[in-house]
Amino acid sequence: MAVADMDRINVFMAVRRAEKPARRAALSLALPLIVFLVVAFVAPILYLLVTAVGNPETRQVLPRTLGALETWDGVSVPDEPVYAALAADLKVAKDNSTAALLGKRLNYEISGMRSRVLAAARMVERLDTGPYKQKFLELNKDWGSPESWAIIKRNGTSLTPYYLLTALDLQQAPNGSVERVQGDQAIFLDVLARTLFVAGLVTLFTLILGYPVAYVLTIAPKAIAGIMMLMVLLPLWTSLLVRTTAWVVLLQSDGVINDVLMALHLTSDRLQLIFTRAGTVIAMTHIQLPFTILPIYSVMRSIPATQLRAARSLGAPPSSAFWRIYAPQTLPGVVAGCLMTFILSLGYYITPALVGGPRDQMVSNFISVYINRDLNWGLAAALGVVLLVVTLAIYLLFLRLVGADKIKLG
Amino acid sequence: MNFSKRISPATDNPVDALVRFEDVKKSYDGINFVVKDLNLTVSRGEFLTMLGPSGSGKTTTLMMLGGFEQPTLGHILLDNRPVERLPPETRNIGFVFQNYALFPHMTVAENVAFPLRYRGITGIAARERVRQALGRVNLEALGDRRPAQLSGGQQQRVALARALVFEPSLVLMDEPLGALDKQLRERMQIEIKQLQTSLGITMVYVTHDQSEALTMSDRIAVFHDGRIQQLADPATLYNEPANRFVASFIGENNSLSCTLLAREGGLAVVRMADGTTLKAAGTNVSGTGTDMSISIRPENISLAGEGVRADLNRFIGKARDVFFLGDHMRLSIEAFGGQLVTARIPARQARHFASGADVVLECGISECRLLEV
Repeated sequence: MAVADMDRINVFMAVRRAEKPARRAALSLALPLIVFLVVAFVAPILYLLVTAVGNPETRQVLPRTLGALETWDGVSVPDEPVYAALAADLKVAKDNSTAALLGKRLNYEISGMRSRVLAAARMVERLDTGPYKQKFLELNKDWGSPESWAIIKRNGTSLTPYYLLTALDLQQAPNGSVERVQGDQAIFLDVLARTLFVAGLVTLFTLILGYPVAYVLTIAPKAIAGIMMLMVLLPLWTSLLVRTTAWVVLLQSDGVINDVLMALHLTSDRLQLIFTRAGTVIAMTHIQLPFTILPIYSVMRSIPATQLRAARSLGAPPSSAFWRIYAPQTLPGVVAGCLMTFILSLGYYITPALVGGPRDQMVSNFISVYINRDLNWGLAAALGVVLLVVTLAIYLLFLRLVGADKIKLG
Repeated sequence: MNFSKRISPATDNPVDALVRFEDVKKSYDGINFVVKDLNLTVSRGEFLTMLGPSGSGKTTTLMMLGGFEQPTLGHILLDNRPVERLPPETRNIGFVFQNYALFPHMTVAENVAFPLRYRGITGIAARERVRQALGRVNLEALGDRRPAQLSGGQQQRVALARALVFEPSLVLMDEPLGALDKQLRERMQIEIKQLQTSLGITMVYVTHDQSEALTMSDRIAVFHDGRIQQLADPATLYNEPANRFVASFIGENNSLSCTLLAREGGLAVVRMADGTTLKAAGTNVSGTGTDMSISIRPENISLAGEGVRADLNRFIGKARDVFFLGDHMRLSIEAFGGQLVTARIPARQARHFASGADVVLECGISECRLLEV
């Protein structure tokens, strides 16, 4: 028995040894793509995830202060050693030009902190000896506020939930509890809801417009189907920016669409289409149509014509045969097409930026603003993480609802 | 199999006629006719097969009867009622498609129950009907499966059960066994035939497989070039083909060109290319002169015996190829000035032939049939 087992294991090992070169060769063929994916896809995503929770500024600029704060009770005004440490840290920061960095970071959580830090840095440059506490309090009485010190102390950790909480309209109170942001600061949930709504609307419109087109494509004679297919694909071969710009032209108040509507006396006043949500949805629907049509078409093509005939021969009138026999079989394509359009729509940036108004901007637009204008990479990364999580959640929800085998993306 | 005992049902009695094609023509482009002047009556309870090569018009005819194509001209009567403009769902005809056309998103039981909902049969009554229909094809246990989980033969049975569950008076089948392997096909042929007989349904069956047609049919309509070439029971079709196409399409046949010399005593006297004269049956053929041929089945040719008999034709040839096939021997013989004649000699009569040896052969006069080219 044992001998037989040993033999079997030996044979198994021999097979593995014999196949090793083939496995290596196969892997080496895939290696360039794997390297490319790691460098261009996995690494940036990991960097994004880290940036969304990274918190290096306070630790780097105020190491002595943080050390001195360790024994602070968190309620009273700190004692002289803390201010001395702060002065020492700020002196170094002034020399290294890192004070502004710290000021910007702390300013996210305590408004006015940027100028306070810069003023303090300028002040300590002129001072040679203490006591410092009095000088700081004379400069700005807020340096005596325990809340400010609590926030500085809290940011001594290398990771912070601050950006992610902000991206979800939440904040951490000085005492550590999480609470909802009030008033006009609470914008990100609105933006997220708007993004989901616009993407959903675009998906619905592409489905309503695209489904009949896909059906006609499958039943049309070859020559006509070829031309139709070309018309479906043609926009796909044109740059997104060009198509969006074309829509800017079309949607103008004195643009082609308004001219036609006026000429047909359908409206008495020119419609405001550009810089509105309606314009954004129209342009995005047009751009996304091929992505919805193609998966539906590929599934429809695989349904034999005899399916409808069989249903009719069994007694079903045309409409009943269509809805009970044909439509359910197109579901894998419908789900795949809608999923593709919905997920792509979540990430739209250029089209809402050019065609939409200020109140139609989607998450991507805010990410861009935080990266390019505010240089707040942490918050931009956190918004990216939220978008990524929402996208994955929707994808998994679809998988759960209709089953992985019901989605045919090919 | 004994064909001669099979009685062909009465066809001209209008009471018995379930389906009638009257001067039906079908063209898709207005120039070429796929079906030309079709006149055909199908009797109640009959198993009629439309047999022919692809492009012969048999499937188009079936589709017109099913309601999926409209005749360009002419009428189709079902139960003495013209139906050619009625949509398929109102005709109450069972249809079994070539690839079964089972609905993949429904279970077997749901597939079979599908036609019942349009006939107001639901709930327990529907379940009972489905159970019965699946029982008839021995699939009671598989009602909860999806079509994709069934074998080809099982899918075929489901399609059959679905077409029979609403008890249509007429069932159409479009090459339903084409996708099955040979053994399964032969078993299904017998099962379908038994179902048809026991339920007393009228069936119109389309196939290009002649052995399938011969096995199952009461009558066979041989289609070629948009026309029915011959409509007869299997035995008549095999033994008395009406023309050269039928003779060559059904079974194996030697078709040999000849000149008609005379008609005497119900037989035709013909001269072959090398001058040999033979006698042949088939005096109903009207043509005269050179454009004629006789057809002889390979199994009707034998090695010449002792003495000359008046009811046999005798001729000489050279053996070209000799194949031994177990129960018989296949001879390829050059005769009548270079024409190749195939003969099937039973193994017990066979002896060794060298290629090129002279062979004397004979065949029954009644089995040589005179045909127009």
